[in-house]
Amino acid sequence: MTPLPRHHSIFFLIMRRMRAPLILLIVIMSISVLGLTLAPGVDADGNPHKLSFFHALYFISYTATTIGFGEIPYAFSDQQRLWVLVCIYMSVIGWAYTLGTVFALLADRNLQQAFAMQRFVRSVRHLREPFYLVCGYGETGGLICDALDRMGHRAVVVEIDEAKVGDIELHTYAADLPAIAADARNPEILKFAGLTHRHCIGVIALTNDDNANLAIAIAARLLAPKIPALCRAASRDIAANMASFGTRHIINPFEKFSEYLGLALHAPAAWHLLTWLTGLPDTMVKRHRDPPRGNWIVCGHGRFGRMMTEAMDAQAVPVTIIDRQPPADPDHRWVQGDGTGANALNEAGIRQAAGLVACTGSDVDNLSVAVTARELNPDLFVIVRQNLFVNRALFDAFDADIAVVPSEIIAHECLAILGTPLLAPFLEEIRRRDEAWCARLLERLTGRFGWSVPVVWSERINLSRAPALYRRLMRGDTVTIGQLLRSPANRDEALECETLYLRRDDDDHLVMPTLDCALKPGDELLLVGRAGARNELGLMLAYEHTLNYVLTGRDLPGGWVWERFANRREKLATRRLP
Amino acid sequence: MNLEKVIFGFFILLAATLNFGFFVGDIDDPAHHDIYELFAAIVVSLIATVLKFGDRTQIGAVHLATSLVADLQLIAAAMVWGYAVHISGDGLTAKATASVVSLSGGALLANVVSVVILIAETIMQRR
Repeated sequence: MTPLPRHHSIFFLIMRRMRAPLILLIVIMSISVLGLTLAPGVDADGNPHKLSFFHALYFISYTATTIGFGEIPYAFSDQQRLWVLVCIYMSVIGWAYTLGTVFALLADRNLQQAFAMQRFVRSVRHLREPFYLVCGYGETGGLICDALDRMGHRAVVVEIDEAKVGDIELHTYAADLPAIAADARNPEILKFAGLTHRHCIGVIALTNDDNANLAIAIAARLLAPKIPALCRAASRDIAANMASFGTRHIINPFEKFSEYLGLALHAPAAWHLLTWLTGLPDTMVKRHRDPPRGNWIVCGHGRFGRMMTEAMDAQAVPVTIIDRQPPADPDHRWVQGDGTGANALNEAGIRQAAGLVACTGSDVDNLSVAVTARELNPDLFVIVRQNLFVNRALFDAFDADIAVVPSEIIAHECLAILGTPLLAPFLEEIRRRDEAWCARLLERLTGRFGWSVPVVWSERINLSRAPALYRRLMRGDTVTIGQLLRSPANRDEALECETLYLRRDDDDHLVMPTLDCALKPGDELLLVGRAGARNELGLMLAYEHTLNYVLTGRDLPGGWVWERFANRREKLATRRLP
Repeated sequence: MNLEKVIFGFFILLAATLNFGFFVGDIDDPAHHDIYELFAAIVVSLIATVLKFGDRTQIGAVHLATSLVADLQLIAAAMVWGYAVHISGDGLTAKATASVVSLSGGALLANVVSVVILIAETIMQRR
């Protein structure tokens, strides 16, 4: 690892480069001044007169800087003019050389990098709000930064490719995104990017190099053990290595998707619920048809293909593999070919197959396989792997049942983990429940909120997040979920959200708590609903007045004077009671 | 032999000797102090300063500091001279000469320190 340019070295770099031109300027100025004091001249009366150093320096100063006033204190003699002529050309050479050096210095890559690094370090050091450290600004990193920005979180980006760092500056983010073109494997860089900053709340390693992600995970574990690290890992060995280091969240897009597919084959309702809850905000989830059971064909037996076959094996679905090389496990039927032509597909039994997975590393091949297969068997359930996010227009045009976009899967997962920590245990819970329960829940929730992706968030009832409710509960009042989830505009209307999961401090948890469940201080709720409901609930939890109206139906008086009045009236009223 | 060291030693010593040349003589007698010598001392001292730019060693930093002190004092001396001759109207009086020369004396001390550091550095170098 190369040591980083420190701030003081910039100053030294400039000083060292400016040495020659400065010396040249001093020499030129001194020769000019000296010559001018020696050149013979005459005063107004014709007496011999030489310029003093003071006058000479004055004259040379304005001549050399091209201001040019005239001849002082008396008109020059021809000898003096001859010398001044020499001086003018010398000074021009001196300035030209100095300016040339200055511009060359400013255009110097090393210096610019040093300046960029210094600017970056300063802007990170001055961050005074929680931020995430995102390493790698590829497709996934871009999606994450977008979403973080929309959620109102700050991010700091380390990306090795300078062009992508330039992209960030062109991108219109609401908040400034400090970014640097540097290698995130260097722990020094990570430190400069705020890994040990006290406001850093998470590290997200999304570079396309597994080893770099591993290096980031290790650096995060050792330098900032308290900060959660989310890392992408495409290979299992690296993932295991990360896990051994105590990395909190390891995301392997292919494994994630094969897990989803296993779930989809085995429990479609749970799968629908899961995709609905974890979709990207502001998108519509199409109600997919359920993946059929029957013969499946997997085209391409790379990392993704292997995991898909494993997922299907686990669900006892028969699989035929199409690949150029024979698969490592001899248990499956194997057809040699690349699947883009009809021959290999026919040989694999496309007409009798129920589903097809096109998962080679090339988007064009995958689309070609999918189109050919659809033509041969229109009822086929098609899953295509989309390697590059930029090809989405092509994949949208081809109506696949599912398009797997690794960058999107990682982004969803990261956002779910970051935004709503309670979502992961709830999703675990879904997987454990039976199909009928999931189907009922799905019907109810989508019936109420529609098929567009809802807002899923968590609220913790503590003094900082929910001061009003917390104080009320600490006073001994009983508040149930049903009482709380009402619209602050009209308390007869229910708030457009529902509680999915409740976690108590004493490790107790409730899945889908009922409306008459009483809240306790310190509870953490997972809610799902509309974006407006989230704001309204936040308002209720924070403001005594709104909360009081929602719970009791009475408006509290606002100012100090009105509070006094209200107190007196209440006292009078209680006195008048029999 | 290192050409950079030769050039640097040359300028440091030249600055000190020129300074000394200007300084010797009665402190208030203008006839003993040649203005061209002061000019040369300033120029050489400035060059010696710039030569030390960008030296990251500890000794380099001290060199730069002493050179800056010498420059400052010599320029102050030149300014006093300019003021006395051209602005005050009294010409180069004994008093003005004395202050010019004493300022250059201060610069001389700084230059002597520079030379001492240079010698110390040379002696410390074991090669």
